[in-house]
Amino acid sequence: MSLANTQSVAEIKARNKELIAEVLKVYPEKTAKRRAKHLNVHESGKSDCGVKSNIKSIPGVMTIRGCAYAGSKGVVWGPIKDMIHISHGPVGCGQYSWAARRNYYIGTTGIDTFVTMQFTSDFQEKDIVFGGDKKLAKIMDEIQELFPLNNGITVQSECPIGLIGDDIEAVSKSKSKEYDGKTIVPVRCEGFRGVSQSLGHHIANDAIRDWVFDKMDPNAAPRFEQSPYDVAIIGDYNIGGDAWSSRILLEEMGLRVIAQWSGDGSLAELEATPKAKLNVLHCYRSMNYISRHMEEKFGIPWCEYNFFGPSKIAESLRKIAAYFDDKIKEGAERVIAKYQPLMDAVIAKYRPRLEGKTVMLYVGGLRPRHVIGAYEDLGMEVVGTGYEFAHNDDYQRTAQHYVKDGTIIYDDVTGYEFEKFVEKIQPDLVGSGIKEKYVFQKMGVPFRQMHSWDYSGPYHGYDGFAIFARDMDMAINAPIWKMAKTPWKTDSKPTLLAAE
Amino acid sequence: MPQSADNVLDHFELFRGPEYQQMLANKKKMFENPRDPAEVERVREWAKTPEYKELNFAREALTVNPAKACQPLGAVFAAVGFEETIPFVHGSQGCVAYYRSHFSRHFKEPSSCVSSSMTEDAAVFGGLNNMIDGLANTYNMYKPKMISVSTTCMAEVIGDDLNAFIKTAKEKGSVPAEYDVPFAHTPAFVGSHITGYDNVMKGIFEHFWDGKAGTTAKLERVPNEKINFIGGFDGYTVGNLREIKRIFNLMGVDYTILADNSDVWDTPTDGEFRMYDGGTTLEEAANALHAKATISMQEYCTEKTLPFIGNHGHEVLAFNHPVGVTATDKFLMEVSRITGKPIPEELAKERGRLVDAIADSNAHIHGKKFAIYGDPDLCLGLAGFLLELGAEPTTVLATNGNQKWADKVQALFDSSPFGGNCKVYPGKDLWHMRSLLFTEPVDFLIGNTYGKYLERDTGTPLIRIGFPVFDRHHHHRYPVWGYQGGMNVLVWILDKIFDTIDQNTIVPAKTDYSYDIIR
Repeated sequence: MSLANTQSVAEIKARNKELIAEVLKVYPEKTAKRRAKHLNVHESGKSDCGVKSNIKSIPGVMTIRGCAYAGSKGVVWGPIKDMIHISHGPVGCGQYSWAARRNYYIGTTGIDTFVTMQFTSDFQEKDIVFGGDKKLAKIMDEIQELFPLNNGITVQSECPIGLIGDDIEAVSKSKSKEYDGKTIVPVRCEGFRGVSQSLGHHIANDAIRDWVFDKMDPNAAPRFEQSPYDVAIIGDYNIGGDAWSSRILLEEMGLRVIAQWSGDGSLAELEATPKAKLNVLHCYRSMNYISRHMEEKFGIPWCEYNFFGPSKIAESLRKIAAYFDDKIKEGAERVIAKYQPLMDAVIAKYRPRLEGKTVMLYVGGLRPRHVIGAYEDLGMEVVGTGYEFAHNDDYQRTAQHYVKDGTIIYDDVTGYEFEKFVEKIQPDLVGSGIKEKYVFQKMGVPFRQMHSWDYSGPYHGYDGFAIFARDMDMAINAPIWKMAKTPWKTDSKPTLLAAE
Repeated sequence: MPQSADNVLDHFELFRGPEYQQMLANKKKMFENPRDPAEVERVREWAKTPEYKELNFAREALTVNPAKACQPLGAVFAAVGFEETIPFVHGSQGCVAYYRSHFSRHFKEPSSCVSSSMTEDAAVFGGLNNMIDGLANTYNMYKPKMISVSTTCMAEVIGDDLNAFIKTAKEKGSVPAEYDVPFAHTPAFVGSHITGYDNVMKGIFEHFWDGKAGTTAKLERVPNEKINFIGGFDGYTVGNLREIKRIFNLMGVDYTILADNSDVWDTPTDGEFRMYDGGTTLEEAANALHAKATISMQEYCTEKTLPFIGNHGHEVLAFNHPVGVTATDKFLMEVSRITGKPIPEELAKERGRLVDAIADSNAHIHGKKFAIYGDPDLCLGLAGFLLELGAEPTTVLATNGNQKWADKVQALFDSSPFGGNCKVYPGKDLWHMRSLLFTEPVDFLIGNTYGKYLERDTGTPLIRIGFPVFDRHHHHRYPVWGYQGGMNVLVWILDKIFDTIDQNTIVPAKTDYSYDIIR
């Protein structure tokens, strides 16, 4: 079925290069020049993927990217469950991101936990004209009155805040003082800052540094006794329970997880993290900043890991264990051995149904590279991948550890490009987001959302891999895809946009 | 180990197992610095009291769980209703990612829309270059017949002038001079999504009728016998507009649906992605000027558009999202009056069937109390239907409803003996609703998907009617307008009532004497 299987690498490379040249033809000259830098065919042995990244999206092309607010409120801060996150500005941003990311948590929502709620200052014209600081102060008072068990407040700035010159830092400081040093965090994540979600992650990380770490009393008594095996999970948002199916493995190997950043996380966990012996980092893109900071300031080493698929999980468990003593190293081996029969059974069941199938990915964060191993464990091949908001260090990691020779790479892909690539390459599966899902399904191409796990998950850890394998099988082998073509019509091959 | 290859456990089962439960309990106890459970329980109970409600209603600045979105969402909703039209949102790009996701989650369909991707430099210097480049790129890549420009709050705060920008972009050759680029300023800090819908609709007719931003002569109205139909911002647009077309065709009415997005949000899976499908043609949009009358199904979605149309010599009339027998009667009789076309026997029979269904079932609904929230017109339509079913719309709440709307709802209450104990809440949110459901309990709640949090916290069964509905599939394909639509709403209400009775009578040897097979 897949073209990739029937061709040599040289042929694939030639085809992919031709394909890139072809899509660029649709653009005005200036745009074609700019987009050309973001598209490439990977050459093995190269230190990166040969694409430019973390550059402004081009107006009017239908980028898939979001904004800094999405990176801060939606990704980093939103899952911290015992704090109230105010979407500060007009009503929309908070509304569209309300409970949409499935950051699972345990708690009594509305009483001591607030993740799936939408707190907004609902800016009106008068707030734009006269400023919103007074309103913000009043909002904090009302929160204290109506939600007395909240453990802190963050102010997630929407676009107007930075444009009208509001001083949310001053409001936060004065209210924090008024409420006995309560943690109140102003975050300057206005949507127009930076080029994507990515700057929002960075700003959110910095806000934790400046308004949580730096405000802590260094002489405060620790809430628990330290152990030599304390680690923090950094960069797992517990989507569908990912952090839980990861935590269980770390604990089984003898480590003690003292904090989750930020899925099912709490303020106390953030505050405890500087005591960790090791920070284990899943989503490098969104939380490398705070990991580096903790390394510099507190001397905590950090270690990237990958909990997608048994090969990478075993590799990661051993890598993490290498930071500890033999007890933990043995623990890692014990965990790997314990789950081996489950992995063997999952692979025996699903690999024959998925062997040789090809996948094209376009996601954010770590997934465009991290999930490749999991597909390979199932005998599948990733033939194209790209990031919404990567930096060059992501493409370096991708090139050096993950993608195969000839893989087509697309950075900040446009709707037009992605559709055309998929149409020509005809992968057996596309993994991307909600905005892409139905485009490809209409074309008759099986699809899985790889941000939200298509409302399934967890996909992390051994328990998650069983679900991942089941889901990929159900996507690709669903009988419906054989029915997409109307049987009495002879030529119903996918056609491109109105543009063709 | 709970997980197995033979029986793969999903998240809703996996974490219930003892391994995970223990792990999560330890996490909480050791590391979360949890509140005393007794204190959590105390506050949870306190939040149900009239005392808490009073504090809650005294809120002046904080909004919690609002039932409204921002103008630009409605702008996109309206724009995709025109043939091969792409919405172009001038401002920050993240907004567009949100609108597209929001619509795709509701309709389970692609939602195409572009952004001018303004960033910090545009915040300082203005977004003119973004407009120039953006229009050129969109025009070349997606070959739309029309680009409908609206704004995000960012562009509005810095004061970008769409009219001037589009003019300049045309001069720079981004799109041909005669190419249709209607525009509307849609600041997110004014009104709600229904306001954005209104502004874009008005902007498009202004463009076609009033000389395309000064580039051509204004159209001369040459009256004809057609009627225009505007649905408004409507989560059931797919089912509703098709039902309206069926009704008009049955009546032999010559009509134009303005902003017909029923096809673009219901495209087939047949191997082809249709970025555009159906929609009001640009010619129809222009010729709508000549129509005899324009009907808006939702008064509060067309507060500016209808008077604008009216000033161009039409009769205009607005309904409030008519649902049920009386409201549909009124709608059809008005259509009949305007067009001179009699209401055919087939529709009379459909009416009779809806009356028949209500007669069969109303005993289960009569006297039941309902809380409703949603957009202002939907609330009026549903409240009216409940009253004719003999139910009480005890609590009616619209975050984006104003005092004028509240007066209209009150008048509706006053028109029925079942409205005596009912109360309307303009400008309130779902955290207010939470208090109301505790202090003035009702039997059922009607609202969108977010209502499930109220169902969980208060135990009030939720009937999902509204926008968005993310967690139930395909309801948007069913109409709620016309007698057939009334039938759908009736069945959804009844299904929940019967399910609730069954749930409450299901314990063997305790309550199952009422677990009846005939109801």
